[in-house]
Amino acid sequence: MDKKKKDLNTIQFFYITEIIRGLYITSVHFFKNLALHILHLFGIAKNKKAMVTYQYPEEKREITRRARTRHRIMKREDGTPRCVACMMCETVCPARCIYIVAKEVENPEVEKAPEIFEIDLGRCIYCGYCVEACPEDAIRMDTFILDTASYDRDSMLLTLEDLLNHDNQDDLYNINYMKK
Amino acid sequence: MSEVIPIIIKILFVFSCFLSLAAFLTWMERKQSALMQDRIGANRADILGFRAIGLFHIIADSLKMFLKEDFVPRRGHKFLHTFAPFISAFCAMAVFLVIPFGDVLKIGDKVYKLQIADINVALLLLLAFMSYGIYGVFFAGISSHNKYGLLGGLRGAAQMLSYEVIMGISLVGMVMISGSLSLREIVLSQNKLLFGFLPAWGIFLQPLAFILFLTAGMAETKRTPFDLPEGESEIIGYFIEYSSMKFGLFFLTDFIEVIVVSALLTVFFFGGWNIPYLTQSGFHFPWGWEIALSPIVVTILQVVAFWFKVFFFCWVQLAIRWTLPRFRYDQLMGTTWKMLLPLAIFNVLITGLFILIF
Ligand code: SF4
Ligand code: SF4
Repeated sequence: MDKKKKDLNTIQFFYITEIIRGLYITSVHFFKNLALHILHLFGIAKNKKAMVTYQYPEEKREITRRARTRHRIMKREDGTPRCVACMMCETVCPARCIYIVAKEVENPEVEKAPEIFEIDLGRCIYCGYCVEACPEDAIRMDTFILDTASYDRDSMLLTLEDLLNHDNQDDLYNINYMKK
Repeated sequence: MSEVIPIIIKILFVFSCFLSLAAFLTWMERKQSALMQDRIGANRADILGFRAIGLFHIIADSLKMFLKEDFVPRRGHKFLHTFAPFISAFCAMAVFLVIPFGDVLKIGDKVYKLQIADINVALLLLLAFMSYGIYGVFFAGISSHNKYGLLGGLRGAAQMLSYEVIMGISLVGMVMISGSLSLREIVLSQNKLLFGFLPAWGIFLQPLAFILFLTAGMAETKRTPFDLPEGESEIIGYFIEYSSMKFGLFFLTDFIEVIVVSALLTVFFFGGWNIPYLTQSGFHFPWGWEIALSPIVVTILQVVAFWFKVFFFCWVQLAIRWTLPRFRYDQLMGTTWKMLLPLAIFNVLITGLFILIF
């Protein structure tokens, strides 16, 4: 049940001391930050930050390694996509944003590969189920690209090419996996 | 003719100062709140890549206001709806007429008072204009044909009426001390020294009245902690159906009222244009130092001092606005009628007693 609120003592009841206390706190922040900003203008004390915010497009926050970011498709050593078009990710995707058309390949160990592999980022909810579902570890979400801003939906569609030509070349895990 | 020109010059000077300060305050409010909250504030508007620490946001904002659609609700009262923001803005600006921003300017053998109109009932005029501001709020609420607007207008009218009373009564003390309703006389009466060293400013003579007036003044500006009529973020107030520059006028009125309240605080409680120990011939410190200054320099110093004080109180009001949370409505009304009103009357009685004794 609701606890009885603590009664204010006489000084607090008159509120003015409390106002002054509050003003003191905010003013200390104000003058400290103002002084730091002015010092920064002259290039002094740069290591002390005057704000806790990030100036987003220019200054990006660090993303943890575990964060789910834009997808990529891993390659085999010969450069072909590691995906075998098993449709697992397409089936599991709750947003139904993956579209795969399979084709046959010569290599009898692989048999299938995607002809078309599209992810519609406009619908993707970044749940990561596709990564979990993939038996080949072909799809991963670790490109650290988070901003998907665009003026139309069509440009949010990632094709197989986009997915293969990612920036993240960190295939360390890939190599270990192959050795096993 | 020769009497009209100086007045026109004074009007232009005062209004350009006040209005540019009001525009500047929109920027200052954003930056000040940002610094208080460890943010950096609006800084994106740029002209040719030059950002000027966000100052261009003033231009960007006003452009945006002018270019937006001017919307009048279909079943609203079109005339009152259009008229309301003008009443608000006019009543707020009209107060500048009687505010003295300096002593006198002597050019040759001519003496100009640095005040647009030195009326002997200036205080009454000022209070009258401030109460007329209620009509702007109330018409805005009632003409919108929107129940939230109407409720906001009612809240606004009730709040402003209540605090109007406190505002008037808290100033009675200063009027009793100076014996005049003219703001110029009130400022001149503070140009003395108490006990030989303390400037006889209202804050030292009437500390209680200062707090009461500051509270009532902040309530008049309808900003947090007294922003119940507006409540931009959730409860929505009287200007819910306003868009475009009509909304802009209400918005600007708020900032003009901040300046008006600061100017009144300066005039009544901080000696207006007075600088301690400064007389027409220069500084005369009680501990014996003297700095001789020519009268024109003294006049300029006084005008600068006035604007500095006004600016300082704008800063204080913004700081309070960004520090305190909003009152509940019953607390708001309870504070006025149960605490502030008795205190204000008590202050008048005490002042009378002191005047009788000394
Ligand atoms: S992250 Fe989720 S929503 Fe996005 S493609 Fe993978 S399974 Fe679909
Ligand atoms: S689950 Fe993996 S292998 Fe199967 S289609 Fe999707 S990406 Fe390709």
